[in-house]
Amino acid sequence: MMPFLAFLTGSELLWAAVGFGLLFGFLLHRGGVTDFDVIVRLFQFRDFTVLKVMMTAIAVGGVGIAILHGQDLAQYHIKATNLLAVGLGAAIFGVGMVLYGYCPGTGLAAVATGRMDALAGLAGMMVGGIAYALTFDWVAANILPVGAYGKLRLPELLGLPEWVCYAGLVAMAAGIFALVAKAEKKA
Amino acid sequence: MKNPRWNPYVVGVLIGLLSIVTFSVANKPLGMSTGLAQAAGACAMPILGSDQVAANTYWAKTAIPAWDYSTLFLVGTMAGALLSALLCGAFKVSSESSVWIASFGPSKAKRLVAAFLGGIIIMYGARLADGCTSGHGISGCLQLAVSGWLFFIVMFASGILTAKLLYGRSVQA
Repeated sequence: MMPFLAFLTGSELLWAAVGFGLLFGFLLHRGGVTDFDVIVRLFQFRDFTVLKVMMTAIAVGGVGIAILHGQDLAQYHIKATNLLAVGLGAAIFGVGMVLYGYCPGTGLAAVATGRMDALAGLAGMMVGGIAYALTFDWVAANILPVGAYGKLRLPELLGLPEWVCYAGLVAMAAGIFALVAKAEKKA
Repeated sequence: MKNPRWNPYVVGVLIGLLSIVTFSVANKPLGMSTGLAQAAGACAMPILGSDQVAANTYWAKTAIPAWDYSTLFLVGTMAGALLSALLCGAFKVSSESSVWIASFGPSKAKRLVAAFLGGIIIMYGARLADGCTSGHGISGCLQLAVSGWLFFIVMFASGILTAKLLYGRSVQA
C-alpha cells in the first residue's frame, strides 16, 4: 500500500524525478562537493565539507522521515544487510572514490559543470556497471548470501527504542560538528 | 566572481528537507547508482545486443534500462549542477585539481585514465554494495539502516587508506 502522502504517480512522478534531481544537483554544486579537491581532502582530514553536508542531511532527513513514518505518512526503504557484499563493495567503492575524485552523484554533477575527468569517470562507471551485470549471477550465488541479515535497522540490532536511536543520531552529528570545528580552528 | 559556495550546513539541511519531500510525496529515497546501472545497460545494448541485455538477470530484475524515476533523477541532477554553475559563472571545461597535480603532475592524459579506472572501480563497488554515497550514505543512514552505516564506515576507512597511498606525498597541496 502506498503511503497517504505519496500522491505523485505516472507521468507526474517522472516530472518530479527531474525536478528533485535538479534541486539535488544544484545543491551538490552549491555545497562545493562537486570538486575533486574537496572530496579527496575529506579522506586526508583537511576539508570537512562533505562530512558536514552528509551528516546534516542525515540528521535532518532522519528525524523528519521518522516523524512522518510514525504517523504512517512515509515508508522506509531499507536495503538488505548483506555483510560481505556491502562490506566488500564499500571497500572497493572507497578506493574508486579517491582515485576518481568523486562519488557517482557528485561525479555526474561535476560532468555538467565542465569537468573532463568526471566525464572520463562516468564512462568508467558505465564499464563498471556492465562488468557488475555480467558477473551478477556469480555474485548472487557466492557473495550476496554471505552474512545476509535482511532489512535490518539499528533499533532492532541494538535493541533500543526508535527515539533513543534518533536522539543518538542527532547527538552524534553534533559531536562530529564540534570535533570538526575544533580541527578547523587548529589548522 | 563572488564565492558561489553556500554554507555546507545549510546545503545539508536543504538536502535533508529534499529527502523528506521525496520520501513522502514520491515514496522514493535519494539514490544515484541504480540509475547509473540502468544507463550502463543502455550503453551495453549496442555492444552486447539488446537480447543479451534483456536476458541478463541483473538488468532484467534490478536495473531495467528505461526512462523511469531513477534515470530521470540523473538527468535532473546534471541539469541542476549545470544551472548552478552557469548562474555563478563557474562552468569551465577543465580537469585540473591541485591534490592530483601535487602527486602525479600536470599530465591530463594520466588524470583522465585514472578517473576512468576510478569510475570502473567505484561503480562495481556501488553495485556490489547495492548503493553509493546517496543511496546508502544519505538515504540508508538517515533511516538507521545497518547496511547504510556499514557502508559509510567501511567506505570512509578504505578512502583514508587509499588517499594515504595515492596522495600521501601531497599533504601540503
